[in-house]
Amino acid sequence: MGMAWIKPARLRELGMLGMNCRNVEFINRYNDRRLYPLVDNKLKTKLLAQEYDVPTPRLQFVVREQHEISHINRQLQDRETFVLKPAKGSGGKGILVVIGRAGERFIKSSGAEIGIADVRRHMSNILAGLYSLGGASDVVIIEDLIAFDECFAGYSHEGVPDIRIIVFRGYPVMAMLRLATHASDGKANLHQGAVGLGLAMNNGACLNAVQFSRQIESHPDTGRALSDICISGWREILLLAAQCHEMTGLGYIGTDLVLDKYLGPQMLELNARPGLSIQIANGRGLLPRLRHVESLKHRRHVSVEHRVDYVMREFAEPDTLEGRVL
Amino acid sequence: MLVLLASCAILVAVLRHMETGIPFIPGQERSVWLIEARVDFMAKGGAVSASLSLPDKQLPGFELYEEQSASPGYGFSIVREYGDRRAEWTKREALAEQSLYYSAQFVASDKVDPATADPVREHHPIYWDDAQELAAGQVLSRARETSSSARSLTRELIKLLSSPSSDQNTALLRSDQTSQAELLMRLLDRAGIATRSVMGLYLEDARRRQVLTPMVEIHTGEHWLLFNPETGETGVPLNLLLWHRGGVSVLDVTGGRNSRVSFSMIRQTVPARQLAKAQNSDSIFSRLGVHSLPIEEQSMFKLLLLLPLGAAVVVFMRVMIGLQTAGTFMPILISLAFLQTSLLPGLISFISVVGIGLVLRSYLSRLDLLLVARIATLIVLVIFVISALSIIGYQMGYSTGMTITFFPMIIIAWTIERMSILWEEEGPHEVLIQGGGSLVVAVIAYLLMQSPLLKHLSFNFPELNLVLLALILAMGQYTGYKLSELRRFRAMDDI
Repeated sequence: MGMAWIKPARLRELGMLGMNCRNVEFINRYNDRRLYPLVDNKLKTKLLAQEYDVPTPRLQFVVREQHEISHINRQLQDRETFVLKPAKGSGGKGILVVIGRAGERFIKSSGAEIGIADVRRHMSNILAGLYSLGGASDVVIIEDLIAFDECFAGYSHEGVPDIRIIVFRGYPVMAMLRLATHASDGKANLHQGAVGLGLAMNNGACLNAVQFSRQIESHPDTGRALSDICISGWREILLLAAQCHEMTGLGYIGTDLVLDKYLGPQMLELNARPGLSIQIANGRGLLPRLRHVESLKHRRHVSVEHRVDYVMREFAEPDTLEGRVL
Repeated sequence: MLVLLASCAILVAVLRHMETGIPFIPGQERSVWLIEARVDFMAKGGAVSASLSLPDKQLPGFELYEEQSASPGYGFSIVREYGDRRAEWTKREALAEQSLYYSAQFVASDKVDPATADPVREHHPIYWDDAQELAAGQVLSRARETSSSARSLTRELIKLLSSPSSDQNTALLRSDQTSQAELLMRLLDRAGIATRSVMGLYLEDARRRQVLTPMVEIHTGEHWLLFNPETGETGVPLNLLLWHRGGVSVLDVTGGRNSRVSFSMIRQTVPARQLAKAQNSDSIFSRLGVHSLPIEEQSMFKLLLLLPLGAAVVVFMRVMIGLQTAGTFMPILISLAFLQTSLLPGLISFISVVGIGLVLRSYLSRLDLLLVARIATLIVLVIFVISALSIIGYQMGYSTGMTITFFPMIIIAWTIERMSILWEEEGPHEVLIQGGGSLVVAVIAYLLMQSPLLKHLSFNFPELNLVLLALILAMGQYTGYKLSELRRFRAMDDI
């Protein structure tokens, strides 16, 4: 382990983006407040994605009113698997993943069984605004469960691994893979103990892995070496992320994507205030890339394909450029 | 732009200093109390005259510096009646609610009580039935047994009257609803000791709607001695102003009903002479100063003008240091409450209320309540917890237990709810981080807000708050690293 503190001069040298700089120079400048509801409300994001043909887990139904909850069992009766989430939740809070049924009971992703009463209580908590910012009233979204892609077997504990890509003015600039661990309780949040893996922009290969801001070599629960990870179909994933810029009109967003075994990359949710841990996972700062994109003349690469090809070339990792592609 | 704003503010402050002579550092001299008495009553429609007893010009511990009355439409004069100074307001015709103001400035002095002489005997009419007469005699003889002088007799009587295990005699005497002070005076009357009733005003900075506290003075043969009829303490406490000594009544209103008098007070750190100059001069600064407001409003402003300081602390701690707090500005509210309770009791009571609340909340989460109902339940429970703590604190002899009520209930209920969700979702660690962060910010804001220099500056030079505003705006544009990020990103050093 290094020192307990790092000098600001060293951070500047690494091009690390700080929270104040992110808020003032990127979020305030490039994200129009008017557009925030498009990403803060997952229902709106989903409907928008359908409009723009951005693949996303299929919406099954929505619960908007308290009285709908009383006869919810009719709607859930013949559903084996589903994901239930608050439209305005943040940080992965309030998400209930049902991976199977045991008669009348529901099996959660952790393996625990719950009854219909628990589902009802969870729903009414969501409606009352327990998980939304400022306690505003909310709606419940019920959507399809992602079919876990085999390529991540042994890399994640309980939760589905997801890929966070920062998209700045339509250019994907940095990516990481988040793996849930026992410590993170199946959640993909780095500060809760999930593993963050920096991914090379040119091919999706692992650059560096961290847990609790510390470098690690293998998955803490399964012991599998993390440096072997390389995401297949990388260009498709970047295309999907870059598309989200056109979809929302937001200049600085974090896109959360997952890989479905059958359907390929899916957009899960968007974030107008993406976190900074992605820099630790990548072992490099965001600022040089953000400044580079800022310096590009606007509209130099009009199409999504052009932009993705540009970043795959421009932000390529020198040591992974040849080989290690699955 | 920000520099301009800040320098403008400083310029105005300097001009005000030169014009009015208010010093930049709080005066080390005697403190000045501005006290405002407000008489309210419902006028019946006819002629009205209101008469309020006023304190003497020389009092133990205080000296009257200046006095004035503000009551539009009323004739006003100060008269002397049986040795009592009284303010008299008169009007030919008045209807509905009336408010009359009398304000005075008192300077703390160390002069001894000038009113030592003349044991004028005040007669307190006694209407006791035979049983009470007998009881009074017995109580008196019991007190006499264990005393040797007028002073010790009074002390013994107070002890007997206020002991919780009172016997039948004292219970009988108290049964006709007389106050302790009145009862004590009657008994002393019977014992042949000269007494007079005193109404004292406890001075506390920036208080509104205060009332007078009844006290009793006895004449020991040489001089008057003040007794607190509840506790038996003798002598005039430093913060007690003897508003009314002897004489008829505190307030008389003819032509009105529901009359009452209440007091607001504020402590000034400005030397009396300059304060008077500042208040009475015609310069633009004295007209635009807070001093031109009634004292009741002034004491409110004294608190309000401190808020920007708290806000600046919150911004600094969040933007520059990167401390996490539960709720953005909750720390300011907590520190305001600390200003009323003082730090240690405030901290203890806040932590215990939130702690107990968290325990109760963990039970509520098993009840399957809707969120709104749960918060409402928490509010009710928080009020119960606070009342219980106050009562327990009071029974144990800590009057500070009462001060808990200054905490904003709804804020506390929300804090408990959010902390509890945080606990369930992220674990106790995160609760400690955010709760601790809030408390640290609150304590720092409190320490700054109660510093005499900053209090003095914010109140006497309100324009200096613009300097704070400039600071806040400047911090709002800061794009450098937070102190916490130097730690958060420490792993980057290894790469």
